[in-house]
Order: sequence, then C-alpha cells, then structure tokens
Amino acid sequence: MDFSFSDEQSLLKDSVERFIQNDYAFDARQKLVKSEPGFSSKNWRTFAELGWLGVPFAESDGGFGGGPIETMLIMEQFGRGLVVEPFVPTVVLAGGMIRLAGNRSQKEKYLARIVDGSLQGAFAFAEPQGRFNLADLTTTATKTDGGYVLNGHKAVVVNGPSADVLVVSARTSGQQRSRSGITLFLVEKGAVGITRRDYPTVDALRASEVHLDNVAVPKSAVLGRVGKGIDVIEQAIDEATLAIGAEAVGCMEVLYKATVEYCKTRVQFGQPIGKFQVLQHRMVDMFMEYEQSKSLMFMAAMRLAEGYGPEAQKAVSAFKVQVGKSGRFVGQNAVQLHGGMGMTEELSVGHYFKRLTMIDTMFGNVDHHLKRFGSL
Amino acid sequence: MDLKLRQADLEFQAQVREFIDAHWPQRVRGDAEAALEYSGVSTPAQRQWFDALAARGWSVPNWPVEFGGTGWSPTQHYIWDRETARARCPQMSPFGARMLAPVLYTWGTKEQRARHLPPIREARVQWCQGYSEPGAGSDLAALSTRAVRDGDHYVVNGAKTWTSSAHHADWMFCLVRTDPSAAKKQEGISFVLVDMKTPGIEVRPILILGEQHTVNSVTLTDVRVPVANRIGEENRGWTYAKGLLTHERTGIAGVARSQMQIARLKTVATETLRDGERLIDSPSFKRKIDEVEIELMALEVTELRTLASVEQGGAPGPESSILKIRGTEIGQRISDLMIEAYGYYGLPYPQQRLIDNEGPIGPEHAVAALKEMLFGRASSIFGGSNEIQKNIISKAVLGL
Repeated sequence: MDFSFSDEQSLLKDSVERFIQNDYAFDARQKLVKSEPGFSSKNWRTFAELGWLGVPFAESDGGFGGGPIETMLIMEQFGRGLVVEPFVPTVVLAGGMIRLAGNRSQKEKYLARIVDGSLQGAFAFAEPQGRFNLADLTTTATKTDGGYVLNGHKAVVVNGPSADVLVVSARTSGQQRSRSGITLFLVEKGAVGITRRDYPTVDALRASEVHLDNVAVPKSAVLGRVGKGIDVIEQAIDEATLAIGAEAVGCMEVLYKATVEYCKTRVQFGQPIGKFQVLQHRMVDMFMEYEQSKSLMFMAAMRLAEGYGPEAQKAVSAFKVQVGKSGRFVGQNAVQLHGGMGMTEELSVGHYFKRLTMIDTMFGNVDHHLKRFGSL
Repeated sequence: MDLKLRQADLEFQAQVREFIDAHWPQRVRGDAEAALEYSGVSTPAQRQWFDALAARGWSVPNWPVEFGGTGWSPTQHYIWDRETARARCPQMSPFGARMLAPVLYTWGTKEQRARHLPPIREARVQWCQGYSEPGAGSDLAALSTRAVRDGDHYVVNGAKTWTSSAHHADWMFCLVRTDPSAAKKQEGISFVLVDMKTPGIEVRPILILGEQHTVNSVTLTDVRVPVANRIGEENRGWTYAKGLLTHERTGIAGVARSQMQIARLKTVATETLRDGERLIDSPSFKRKIDEVEIELMALEVTELRTLASVEQGGAPGPESSILKIRGTEIGQRISDLMIEAYGYYGLPYPQQRLIDNEGPIGPEHAVAALKEMLFGRASSIFGGSNEIQKNIISKAVLGL
C-alpha cells in the first residue's frame, strides 16, 4: 500500500499545476469560451509539446506509458483551472477506445496524431432515449458489401464540433437495450450523411447533436470486435469518469478555499462573516466533502491501475456517487456563501459551480452510479 | 501509488491471523454484538488474550518502540485493526493505552513511566478520565475542580462527571485548577494522577439511555494527591491534555468496526422480509446501505492517507481531522439502519433476566442492536462533540 507519487508523476503534476497557475487565467478563459472553436489551439499545442496528450498511451504507440493515475493528476489540475480544452473527449475517450480496441493500423493512423495534437476526437455514445444506459441504442449499423451503413441520432456529443474523428456506438444486432450486438465505428469528419447541430453547454464546453443518415463506412472503420463493443465502451467510460471526477475534485478544492478566503474578508455586522459559526461549520462541511471525494478519487485511480474488472467498476461508481453529492454541496454552498457576488457571471465561483453540476450528469449521475454500485 | 499489499505485508497478515486463531479462537468469540462493545478484562478468555498480546509484544502497537510499541508501518497497523475487528477481539480500554499513555511517555518522569506504563500495557490496571465537570463540558477549560498545595500533596475538591469506567477504575487522570487567578482559564490547570482508593472519592452511577451503566459522577472531597503524581509542570496541564489530542489518530474512525456492522446489517436485511421479499432486495433500503457503504469506503481511504502521511512526515495531514466526525456519523447511521431493518422487533427492550429465562423476543440480536444504537448517540458527543470538532477544523485547518 502506497499513497506516494513516483518522481515522474510528481513532475507531471507540477508541470500541469505550473501551467494552470501561470498561463490559464480565468479572464483569458472567459474570452476563449466565447470565441471559436471554444478553446485555445495554442494551449492544445502546448499540451502536445509538454507531452500531456500522450500520457495514457503505450510507448510503442508514441505515448508515455502512463495510466489512470497520471490521467487523474492531469485532470485534477485541469479542474482547478476550469480547463475547457477537450482532453477527455480526445485523449481519454476516443484515444482510450483506440488504445483498448484498435488494430495496428488504426493505432498508427490515429494515436500518433492525437499525441502530436493534430487530431481531435469525440465519442458519440449517448442517444435521446437512452439516458445513462450505454447499451440503449437505436442507432443501427447495417452490413453492406464493403462495410456498414450507419443511421441514427447521437445526443450531446461533447467536442463534436471540433472532432476530426468520431467514435460511434451502433447496433449491429440485438434488441434495443441488449448488451451484445454493439459495435464501435471510427467515422471521419465530413463523412457523407452526417449532419451536426452544434451548441455550447452550460459549463462552457461545445457539443453537438449528430444525425447519421445512411453514412457509409468501410470495414476498416470497425473499432474492436463486431458485436462486442460494450466492454470497450464501459472501460473507456469508467476511465473518463475517473478523469472528470478528478476534475471535480480540483474544482472543489478551488471553491472551498475561495469561499474561506472570501469569508475572511467580507465584512458585515462589523466583522468578517467568517467569524460566524454557522458559516464556519458550513465551510468545514465543504472541506470534508472535498477530502472524502479526494480519497475515493485515489481509490478509483488505483483500482483502475490494478486492472479493469468489477473491483475497479465498483470503485469508479463509488467515486462518482461521492463526487455527485459532494460537488453539488460544495458548488451550491460556494455560491450561497459568496452571496450576490456568487450569482454573477463575473466571478469564477459560479462557473466552477456550473461545471460541478454538469459533472454529476456526465457518464451517469448519483442515482445511476448508486444502482450500479449496488449491483456489482 | 497502489493499494496492493506487499509480500511482507501478506506474510504479516498471515501471522496476525494465526495469532488471533490461537489466542482468540472461534469458540470464545461469542455473538457479534456482544463483542463489539468494549468489555474490558472480565472473562478468562479475555485475560488470556491480553496475556498473549503482552507476551508477543503486541499490546500497544501505537506506542513508541522504547515503551513497548511495535514500530509497525501504517499498513501493518491497518492490517492489525482490520483483522482484530473481524475476529471481534477484545479491545484494550482506551483510557490508559490511548489517552494517558502518550501523555506519560511524552511528559512523564522516569518514575511515572516505570510505574504506570507496564500495567497499562499488560491490561492489568483500569484508568478513567477526569475531565468533564457539571459546569465544564465542551468548554473544558472552564473546569473548577480545585487543587490546593499542602506540603507534598495537593488537596483536591470538586466534581467530575460523565466519567466512563470510573466504577471499575483503579486510577483517574485528572485536570484540576491549581491557579484560579491565572490570566487565561487555560493557564492554571494541572494534570494529576489520582489513585481511586484515596479517601474522599465517591463514584455514583449515571444511567444512560437504555439503562446502561457506563458513566459516573465522581465527587472529590479533600482528596490528598501526592505532588509526585503531577505530570509535568504545575499550571501547564492544559498543554499536555491538548497535546494528546494530536496523538493516536488511528482507529479513531472505527472503520473496521463499521465494516463489520455493515456486513451484519446486510445479514439482517437478508433475513428480514418485506412484502414477502427479502428487505435487502428493496431498492429503497438497499440504496441506504449502499450510500453509507460508499461513505465508509471514502473514510477508509482518508484514514489510510492519514497513516501514510504520518509515516512520511510525522504529522497527520488536515484530512485526519475529519476522521472522528465522519466515523461517528457513519457508525450512527448504520445503527439506525439496523433498527429500521428489525421493524417491529426494534421495539422490545426486555430485561436481561427475561432473555436469560425464555430466550430472545424476536430476532436474537435485536436488543443488542438497540443498545448499540442508543449508546452510539454518545459517540458524537464525547471526546469533544462533533460541533467542537468543527470549531477546531475551522480554526486549525481553515484558519477562520
């Protein structure tokens, strides 16, 4: 049992932390999210130069041979900076599934370009009727002579607008919610028959509704085994859940500390409001929620690093439950204790609150993961 | 960073299990509930257990090695706590081993250590804690028990209350006021060791909820305490008492114990029916169990993080301060769910005589669970109430 980081891990954490502190000011971030494409290509190049985009990939694939713990370290810092660059959709999800299921030529074609920053990805998994059930799919993939034809509607595809390649889950056989019969496809941007409706999300990311209307893809677009996609999807989503959960932990740290600082300086009734016990205890509760979330973050990362299976799934779901509850508590109370200022778009507090709230929904909320935890 | 037990730790775990099987065998473990309460040394099996611990050098793992501690790594402590909780081993009374001993080995004289540490280590002496008073609970520094110097003795007058185990105790460690005119109430307090056989001490029971006798009121009338029984300097007692709060973080969260209780709760919920189906299959009840289990998983890791930071730097990180608050909240929540699981049989509370004569009313362990639930309400009150703990975190960690 060991809670310390290796030298490489500490260096990685320090390097991301320095970037957030020195080069990711909140004001600049606010300009960025209002511009196109909603994040900074310059930052993305920096991520590539610093090696962050290759962290989870094997050295043989041009990566740095890291894993869940390294992803956690990066994402926790990204959470502190409220980073909008699409690391999770590109590196953790699209890149993750190619890492898990891709054949040699797919890895060669895509991973090197993800690592060097020249390729963006996204995972089109959700559907309007499916809620958090990853297997509830009405999108179909029908076999043709040369490949498959895809039809369906994919919902809230984060980073859809910038993605050069979409990983699409579709049904090649089976009933609507059957776990078997799901296949993953790599669909290039601009494929004939794709229409996108792009929009910003409330937490300043960009997403799309993606409609697939007789989109023809070659056989080589199949990622992994036909009909066996669910295992790859679940693992990639669990890894991404750890990633955004770690991001939430970073958000919570900023919020509880900012709230403490604010309450030390805001004077009402002739004294700093931090002198009022009712507020002190609320902030202690926020601190405890942050620490408990951080503990399960370590647990989820370590279980995933040990190997993927029910233990890791259980740890990830426990973490997501904790993050959902704690994130809401910390986010809402940060706004509450900042009073009217907490309600303003000007202050960063509300933006962390928005991101924390959306993280609860992403990849399944408290309800969903409690049920999953109980069934494992 | 990983959660795997190293080969050496696995070997240690095997040794611990072997030791427990040899000295606290299955046949003496009794039922789960009975053994979960601290019961001191009252049966021959318990005596044998503590003797075996002393012989092996495992009585007081947390103490420094020079005073009889084990020098275990945090992982080894974790294994020990987990295995002894699982086997429902008798727990050493905390008053001597966990609360007084750190004060003794940190600030006691050579003579005081030599006299008092060995019997604590061997579980041959029972200590109680003379802190709270009728007028000094959460505001402990307001205590007014007075000690007046008379030659080589202090003459002590006053009243202590909520004194756990005073009715079994041989000794009491006690905070007394030696200088009532000190500028601050925290100054002018001394830390003394009082032999409970000294004339002038009267112990009266206070029955707590469930008619349980665990705490007492203790009145001291002209009790003569040798000055040699004072720890450290006169009027510096508050510093020593406060110092011990930062010791002994492990085990405070009661994680292993709560894990046992959750396992027990699941068994009860499996044996109980609702609408003809097992209660554990009811989504609303299962959800409550799962929620508390997740809280407990988080707390277990928080405790491990604390152990790890102690191992590395010597000082527990800020996360350690939440162990008591969350640990007691979780324990109380599990107790509540247990009573909820018993349904109507969470009501009967027969006298022991009735159970002995005719067997239990309803499920066998329901009464013990009720006692546990009632007694458990104290856990968020004693040792500094959870509200006081939050005041401490607010000041010490958040700087408010």
